Amino acid sequence: MSMVQLLQTNAQAAPAKPRPRVRLLPYLLSLPALLVCVAILVPFVTAAVYSLQRYRLNLPYLRGFIGAGNYIDFLTDPAFWNTFRISITYTALTVVLELLLGLGIALLLRRPTRFHNAVSIMLLLPLMTAPAIAALMWKLMTNPSFGILSYFIGLFGVTDFKWASDPSSALFTVVLVDVWVYTPFIMILLLAGLRSLPRQPFEAAALDGVPASFVFFRITLPMLAPYIITASLFRLLDSIQQFDIIYAMTQGGPGDRLMVFQVQAYLEFFQYTNVGRSAALLMILWLITNILSNIFIKNWLRLRARAHGHA
Amino acid sequence: MEHSSLAGRIFRGVALTLILIFFMFPIVWIFLMSFQTNEQILRIPPRILFEPTLANYEALISGQLRTAAGNLQISFMRNLFNSVVLSSAAVLLALLLGVPAAYAFARFKFRLGETIAFTLLSFRFAPPLLVLLPLSLYYQELGLNDTYFGIVWVYQLIALPLILWIVRGYFEDISPDIEHAYRLAGHSWREAFTRIAVPLAGPGIAAAGLLSFIFCWNNFVFALILASADKQPVTVGALAFVTASGIQYGQIAAAIVLSVTPTLLLALYAQRYLVEGLSLGAVKG
Repeated sequence: MSMVQLLQTNAQAAPAKPRPRVRLLPYLLSLPALLVCVAILVPFVTAAVYSLQRYRLNLPYLRGFIGAGNYIDFLTDPAFWNTFRISITYTALTVVLELLLGLGIALLLRRPTRFHNAVSIMLLLPLMTAPAIAALMWKLMTNPSFGILSYFIGLFGVTDFKWASDPSSALFTVVLVDVWVYTPFIMILLLAGLRSLPRQPFEAAALDGVPASFVFFRITLPMLAPYIITASLFRLLDSIQQFDIIYAMTQGGPGDRLMVFQVQAYLEFFQYTNVGRSAALLMILWLITNILSNIFIKNWLRLRARAHGHA
Repeated sequence: MEHSSLAGRIFRGVALTLILIFFMFPIVWIFLMSFQTNEQILRIPPRILFEPTLANYEALISGQLRTAAGNLQISFMRNLFNSVVLSSAAVLLALLLGVPAAYAFARFKFRLGETIAFTLLSFRFAPPLLVLLPLSLYYQELGLNDTYFGIVWVYQLIALPLILWIVRGYFEDISPDIEHAYRLAGHSWREAFTRIAVPLAGPGIAAAGLLSFIFCWNNFVFALILASADKQPVTVGALAFVTASGIQYGQIAAAIVLSVTPTLLLALYAQRYLVEGLSLGAVKG
């Protein structure tokens, strides 16, 4: 309390020279944020250094600089290419499915009626469920002996479907969970976008009797493009780094069927205690996300500029 | 266009019904399951009508799990307590640090501010393990491993960027003229900040705080790497519980219900802020 009063009396006593304080103030206020930045950057640089080392926790005396050795090893390592392929497939499947479904739902809920708003609020719930917990929920529902979903598909004559524990259906199962959790995210962004579009083009099209498909492909979609790109960018960057759902569901298995980047890096670190390889793997993932985000942010800025230019 | 035909309306009704079933069914089903005994859960065909039991919740709350193999100690309530402590402390700290910084970023144009804002934004897209794995080695050396403080500190990586970007947007929308007038009347910047700017940005601060609370609560990987059993939040605890309790499906369902109820209730309570925060957070960073 006295500190506050002191500061206040100070400020009142010297109103003539606020200039030097204003210069210093923003830096003082942003100091904590700067600290967090440093706290992120130090481990990040450390990881970059580790990725250039032969560094195993169980063999500390072998530690040494090996340049790009870890990276070069990946080129001929089938496990790495398996990880790469699975991560890309997982990302492509989830983003495309979530985008189509999210766009469809947003279009259905477009008119802001009370019922539509209630539905969109209910759809928030999967998004607010912890992804790791969501995976456990689906694990209970897809249990081969008593899971309700196993029972349902049994009614359609599909028996012996093993969901996440069978290599042929594991990817499908985790993609399903990802779609359940994250489709609402796309839906929310696109719904906000749809409802903020200007009305005139649609009214004009309705007056002219333009067919609905033309309105959708030539008016709605292009005007919605910046929102679609933003939403997909977010999902793309999160999806390629998916860890929670896959780890909670199968820990990357069965076998190496769901060994995406972060799960493999986690296992390299904790199971094989190979810090160097784990760090190199994460650096590659970081590079991929960086390239993707740059491409998309550029596209997004251009589209936004164009949309603003026309509006 | 939307009222056009009967077929169109039927199509929309069916589609919306299917969507609601897909997204709501898992939550409803697990909720029902948490009130069933194992025998009821294993029954085929499954039944919607059953005699509900509170035994699963009693077992979780008392920490005594009776299995065929004997009694098992479970500490799920401890996990729940940890989640509350870790998430609340992380959000409070992030608000304390983040709101003044967001104000500085919005009001003063300075190079460092932009650099910090964009560094935090770009790390929003970096793989969390890239930071976490080296950090776990540092933590071991610093003795921060498996402390509440250590975990609250890394949660700042989730909460602080969110608060900075959302609250900054709200401060930018407030005209600085009001604050200028207030300061000309002889008040300090501190008073202008606490009496004018913060109350006006209140909804934004609430949205950012809620959203960060939910994201901290839902986080899994940070605590998986940095916390041992007695500091783990529910997300990690529930997974450990599944491994430990094996086939006690009723208790697993009850543990899931207890883990998700706080965030789902918060989401329902604050849905307006949430939608705003999500779209703003996504669009602005």
